[in-house]
Amino acid sequence: MMESKIPEGPLSEKWNTYKAKAKLVNPANRKKLTIIVVGTGLAGASCAASLAEQGYNIKSFCFQDSPRRAHSVAAQGGVNAAKNYKNDGDSTFRMFYDTIKGGDFRSREANVYRLAECSAALIDHAVAQGVPFAREYAGYLNNRSFGGVQVSRTFYARGQTGQQLLLGAYQALERQAALGKVALCTRHEMLELVVIDGKAKGIIARNLETGKLERHVADAVVLASGGYGKVYYLSTLAMGCNSSAVWRAHKKGAFMAGVSWIQFHPTSLPQHGENQSKLTLMSESLRNDGRIWVPKRANDDRNANSIPEEERDYYLERRYPSFGNLAPRDISSRAAKERIDAGHGVGPMKNAIYLDFSDAIKAQGKDTIEAKYSNLFTMYEKITGINAYKEPMLISPSAHFTMGGLWVDYELMTTIPGLFALGEANFADHGANRLGANSLLQACVDGYFIAPYTIPNYLAGELNTTKFDIDHPAFEEAENAVRRQLDRFLHTNGTLSADYFHKKIGRLLYEKCGLSRSRKNLEEAIIEIRELKASFEKDLRITGDNTLNSELEKAGRIADYIELAELMCYDALQREESCGAHFREEYQTPDGEAVRNDEEFCYVSAWEWKGQNKEPELHKEPLVFEAVELAVRSYK
Amino acid sequence: MKLYLKIWRQFDASSKGEMTDYEIDEVSEHMSFLEMLDLLNEILIQQGERVIEFDHDCREGICGQCGVMINGRAHGPLRNTTTCQLHMRSFKDGDTIYIEPFRAKAFPVLRDLKINRKAFDTIIASGGFIGASTGQAPEANSIPISYETAEEAFDAAACIGCGACVASCKNASAALFVGAKITHLTLLPQGKVEAPKRAINMVKQMDLQGFGNCSDTRACEIECPQGISVLSIAKMNLEYMKALAFRK
Repeated sequence: MMESKIPEGPLSEKWNTYKAKAKLVNPANRKKLTIIVVGTGLAGASCAASLAEQGYNIKSFCFQDSPRRAHSVAAQGGVNAAKNYKNDGDSTFRMFYDTIKGGDFRSREANVYRLAECSAALIDHAVAQGVPFAREYAGYLNNRSFGGVQVSRTFYARGQTGQQLLLGAYQALERQAALGKVALCTRHEMLELVVIDGKAKGIIARNLETGKLERHVADAVVLASGGYGKVYYLSTLAMGCNSSAVWRAHKKGAFMAGVSWIQFHPTSLPQHGENQSKLTLMSESLRNDGRIWVPKRANDDRNANSIPEEERDYYLERRYPSFGNLAPRDISSRAAKERIDAGHGVGPMKNAIYLDFSDAIKAQGKDTIEAKYSNLFTMYEKITGINAYKEPMLISPSAHFTMGGLWVDYELMTTIPGLFALGEANFADHGANRLGANSLLQACVDGYFIAPYTIPNYLAGELNTTKFDIDHPAFEEAENAVRRQLDRFLHTNGTLSADYFHKKIGRLLYEKCGLSRSRKNLEEAIIEIRELKASFEKDLRITGDNTLNSELEKAGRIADYIELAELMCYDALQREESCGAHFREEYQTPDGEAVRNDEEFCYVSAWEWKGQNKEPELHKEPLVFEAVELAVRSYK
Repeated sequence: MKLYLKIWRQFDASSKGEMTDYEIDEVSEHMSFLEMLDLLNEILIQQGERVIEFDHDCREGICGQCGVMINGRAHGPLRNTTTCQLHMRSFKDGDTIYIEPFRAKAFPVLRDLKINRKAFDTIIASGGFIGASTGQAPEANSIPISYETAEEAFDAAACIGCGACVASCKNASAALFVGAKITHLTLLPQGKVEAPKRAINMVKQMDLQGFGNCSDTRACEIECPQGISVLSIAKMNLEYMKALAFRK
């Protein structure tokens, strides 16, 4: 069932080999085929637009009011590409190696190489679409450096790179909508996958404006519904980000992989109170010029500016001298937690560290720093009321990106034939830790350059198979299941809101399946999650009715989060090693560095759903390394 | 702090709405405006009442999904700030706050503070793009673009599509929204090929969607969270006139 389908041949030829052999669909036949794409972020919009350009019929779904709102919009820092415009030693192989190493050798070589290989074409395409990337005075594209690498390969559009890339994809999508090739179903939420004869053939979607359940049939279904970091409630994600499309596909047979590999972003704003809904991200690009420190003395209550230089601990520079403040995210976040737990945290809740620009302002002048980061400094001041040109920013790690997701093969197809997963919704390219500015890249490469080859390869085999319609019993059954669940939410008549449960599961995961994990905590967490699930089933209160009702929408998402949280704990418990973002307290060196175990855990953990309150079943996909040697990942 | 809220409640597009009074205690100055509404909704749930529907998503000022009129101003009292980025430290104990949806003929109310902004998507679909299909692009550095041009294009491209410009305009004009997109794409060499067609189609679609005309009050620029300049409206007019004059 789990065949990775990696093409034969040397690493650098695999993708070319695949493309040369992939089956094609005749242009006249493409208009007979329909593809559902769930999600309109970079992966979804780019895939939908590119397939529509080829001539397929697309149905595009998003829960937001417009495709342009998808959370790719919020990515700030940039997008990586091995263009080597800086002549500083970059190459496809270098980028591949950085990404494999950054992911702590827990991703597939062939996938990662392809990501690096397609990166240059993405920059070309985005420029052609009108993405206003930063330029040098001579008119050529500019680059900056990001965490975990020693070259400058990050392209950026001020601090709004995700927004600008997404607008490019969104505009391409709208262009196809005007041409009649894309039907846009905005304010629609996918609530069930329809599988007929073992293949993905459609979805049940709820129209969020009317509450009506709709049946949509297709020849293939693409999930590009993003990550599930919002399971932690307090995160850098949008309020609506959810795991429901992915989770409901999982319960229909699609395996989930690397489920507990969650990236905690080192530079988000710290929590300040109980009613907080969001931890805003401050771009990692700030670490190019900002220095991270805490007071050397624990519980030092002095104002930051009155702590003299010799009493400051620049702990990243101290522990990781060759990468310093640009150490990868997992390492930076964990180092921050270590200092905070040891009593060196700063700010009113002692839960933050300093990100200090005073040296950069002295060296480069305030104008230069302003030109690079003004929107971030302004945003910081709006939220906190503090001027970061004058005193250091208070930052802390926050749940951010999910490396895990639906297991996919080289073609980005899940274990259900005809069901594809793209972008953050799949597990494929980032291993156990993602490098900064690789997520926009992966979403775009999946949607613009990979799925438009692999989906036709699948569809070529579907042209002469039986066509189904929405009266098929599988649609009836799926719709009824959704309706029963919605009715149950509306009639539970408990006393607690959906948000109450969301905050509860989030806090539990932060404590027991967050930046660090242990057997004891994970075993406790599984029991507590089951208790929470029982409480959710009897204590939930949803007011309003089954029409437009944001509380009812939340209830479904939280029901899924609770089940997902349990799987995350199983995944973290089973993996008895520390790798990337997954840090098991039992497996560390005396100075607190992660200890990976390649002898026993050099595989992808893919989980199969076995039913309510049953333990999931583990399947292993061995990771084979031919082009790189497994090395201890050191940034010292 | 304690606040007196007057909030627009409307069941659906065809119902008549009204302002409804609520009182809320224990609002902290560190809360965002939407977190204050979350707190109110939590209280309504406890009372078994239907929650106040409002649009929001990223809560960091970039997705453009949130936006309400706060004391008569789109996104509230601060300049260059979306509703989600407004914090309660901008208000004081005992204040009365009026909260209404963005109002325009082209933005029908769905429920309470939620509105339908599909008209914006339809305008983009009519020409707000560079028609480069996947696979057609030349090498990125083969099109040098001066630093200044790229920055100017970015200033216009920064629009988040929230609709504050429309809600602030006495004519409910979408000129700033349309002007920003025309400016972004037309300043860039890649976007010049389609410039005449783009200007004509987008302006025509803007009228078809039921937006009003621009009468140059410049309220839109004042309320725009991204501070987009009304010069982009001038640019739209210029491109439109040029396109008409040279139309074959």
